[in-house]
Amino acid sequence: MSKRPFVMSREAIVSQILPFSCVDGPGSRLVIFLQGCNYQCKNCHNPYTINVCDACGDCIAHCPQQALKHVKIGTKDHIVWDKNLCTQCDTCLSICPKQSSPKTTTYSIEQLVAIIDAQRHVINGITVSGGEASLQLPFVINLFKTIKSTAHLAHLSCMIDTNGSLSITGWHRLLPYLDGAMVDLKAWQQDTHRYITARDNHKVFQSITWLAAQQKLYEVRLLSIPTITDYDSEIDALANYLRQLPSTTQIKLNAFHHHGVEGVAVQWPACTQDDIELLASQLIQRSVNNITLPTIYLNEVK
Amino acid sequence: MSLQNRITHIIKDPHLSAKQKSHYLALEAENSLDYVEVSAQALAAKQAGIICDMFEGHAPFKPRYVLPDYARYLSQGSDYLEMSPAQDFDDALNALMVLYHHVPSVTNIPVYLGQLDTLLMPFVSDMNEDAIYRKLTRFWILLDRTLPDAFMHVNIGPTDNIICRTLLRIDAELQQIAPNLTFMYDPLITPDDLLLQATNNICLCNKPHIANYPMHANSFDERGFGIVSCYNALPLAGGANTLVRLNLKQVAMQSSNITDFFERVLPYYCQLTYELIEARSAFLHQQSHFFDSFLVKEQLIEESRFSPMFGIYGMAEAVNILRGISNDSHSTPKTYGHHQEANALGLNISQALDQIVTTTPVTYGFNQRALLHSQSGISLDIDVTPGVRIPNGFEPDPISHIQALAQHHQYYPAGISDILSLDETIKANPQAMMQLCKGALSMGFREFTANVANTELMRVTGYMVKRSDLEKFSQCGSRTNTTGLAAEAAANTGMMQRKARVIAHEQAPICYE
Repeated sequence: MSKRPFVMSREAIVSQILPFSCVDGPGSRLVIFLQGCNYQCKNCHNPYTINVCDACGDCIAHCPQQALKHVKIGTKDHIVWDKNLCTQCDTCLSICPKQSSPKTTTYSIEQLVAIIDAQRHVINGITVSGGEASLQLPFVINLFKTIKSTAHLAHLSCMIDTNGSLSITGWHRLLPYLDGAMVDLKAWQQDTHRYITARDNHKVFQSITWLAAQQKLYEVRLLSIPTITDYDSEIDALANYLRQLPSTTQIKLNAFHHHGVEGVAVQWPACTQDDIELLASQLIQRSVNNITLPTIYLNEVK
Repeated sequence: MSLQNRITHIIKDPHLSAKQKSHYLALEAENSLDYVEVSAQALAAKQAGIICDMFEGHAPFKPRYVLPDYARYLSQGSDYLEMSPAQDFDDALNALMVLYHHVPSVTNIPVYLGQLDTLLMPFVSDMNEDAIYRKLTRFWILLDRTLPDAFMHVNIGPTDNIICRTLLRIDAELQQIAPNLTFMYDPLITPDDLLLQATNNICLCNKPHIANYPMHANSFDERGFGIVSCYNALPLAGGANTLVRLNLKQVAMQSSNITDFFERVLPYYCQLTYELIEARSAFLHQQSHFFDSFLVKEQLIEESRFSPMFGIYGMAEAVNILRGISNDSHSTPKTYGHHQEANALGLNISQALDQIVTTTPVTYGFNQRALLHSQSGISLDIDVTPGVRIPNGFEPDPISHIQALAQHHQYYPAGISDILSLDETIKANPQAMMQLCKGALSMGFREFTANVANTELMRVTGYMVKRSDLEKFSQCGSRTNTTGLAAEAAANTGMMQRKARVIAHEQAPICYE
């Protein structure tokens, strides 16, 4: 795991801020993608968000714009990225031996709140995503708490997009400031989950169950990968589980596509609209309601 | 081509309808006359493409846009048209349709059909919802089929009423290009669920366009205003006598630096713009006898409520040129729409224009002034961006886009057509569309116009075309006048190659092949 050269509750390593998203929770949302993930999903669409940069410096010489520099702060090495020089050619990402990104920015609570404040009229809320946002939990708690206690921001909903690996103790700490969570259920069977993510899924089930009991489970997301995920072979058990969830929880079906994917998953078949519709019909037959289908299928966009 | 050849070419065109041919023939006839009298400098600036009269014609005999007081007409009837005051709903629809055929405009088709819900609500009486729905559906079809021009504009809102709701429902069901539709939004009057119905419609068919009602209302007087054609806001019972626009890109190219632009070149070309405005409106008001028409005699319009529109375009290129940045690289972080200093310079230009236009008197104008307008382009514009927009395909995310342009809106009372491109994921989230809309309006947007990718109805600035029509047009023409403009725009501007996008223009001077 990475070292964190900063005060965890006051600063966060951010891979990207998306000022507008309409697919990360209800309404119009600002999304903060935090760097670093404890899963190693073979099918990750943003693999460079998994690891935190260890400042090895291998990328510096390769940057065609000289947008990357090495600096020492105290005794610690850092790579500094100049946004204004960068042309987003992503050479650094392909060079990185750690599958990380030097293109991250450290934000303080105050800096993020200022950004959110500037667009408070245009959004319904914010979503922290990742990477795995819960790895920077002290910061997330502090950010949500600040929003909820600032009069002109308090109406913004605070959501988290998570792989569900956070412990119940962790969820307890976030609960007072959390409006809802979107949780990935990447596979039904332990083995399948471990094959895809390199982690167990029992914490995911615990998180889903606990969040549902607190009325904070906004969405469960199923990313369907033909021949890899086990949603169809385990359809009865899966449907039985999803049926127990609150009627307010959306079941979002996502279709695996190859955009951004590296390694073995490049060979995996993409999921088509037909595949998704078949899965949806199987769930509906088993009385799972509140299913949301993708608006577009990237694989089929010519 | 000689005049005879051009006329022959129009007459023998295999794709134009007889009516469309008549329109182009009339333009040729008018343009065979000498141009209204202007100085050599103004003529040179016009020929160089620095100022542009929108190809309105050499001898203006009708105003560009006319906004009759339809409420007055419905209550008093018309001596000239031999119409009695409307007694019921059917009477009102019939009477409106009659008058529409007598309201001229630059396109020969009325650009303003009235604030339809306010006009029709007094006639609803005890009609049930289904009857209203059936009558308005027929009316909507009749408008599209008999007045086929997407510049023709209906206004509804900001109040919640059954006509407003039913028209939104019908507009989403029929997905016609005509009429164009503006929904007035007032945060103090309009309920959220009505705005949500309107923004739902945008997700389905890129209509309506949402106008900031209090902001527009403050720009005019108690008699009111209307939104017409490509989002031009004008006084009700009046209109625009002419529109002359200034190409800011060209003005910047004539300037040696930013100071020179503000102190010498911009004032000089504004003066020439005014000269052209004065010459064109003088001809219309003094020689054409338009203002002797029954519309004036029956007080449906007043001559004093017509203003010239002072249009501008090419702001993006002007800013980049003045900052020494190539317009080939619109996407770099230093360009207009992306860089704070570039955006600040753009805003200074809008402020300078506002200062000029609000202090320069005109002979024929609402309060003796022209109205500043961010002009949405015409189909012949190449390498120059409409109004104050960010170039097609190089817009930042929607939020940064709104933040970059919000401050401009206060300076353009006659309308500022900007289009927010959104990818189609928003179709599943109309709540997000609604919040964007509310947010943009509260941050100073005068109007909110969105274009969702991959919808069948797409916006070509102010008006709509059907994607499938655009593809068919080159083979077989179109019964709709504006499809030709869009096809030309698509060919000239690369509109179709660009992202979720739109361009802008309003009238084209020539006959299409």
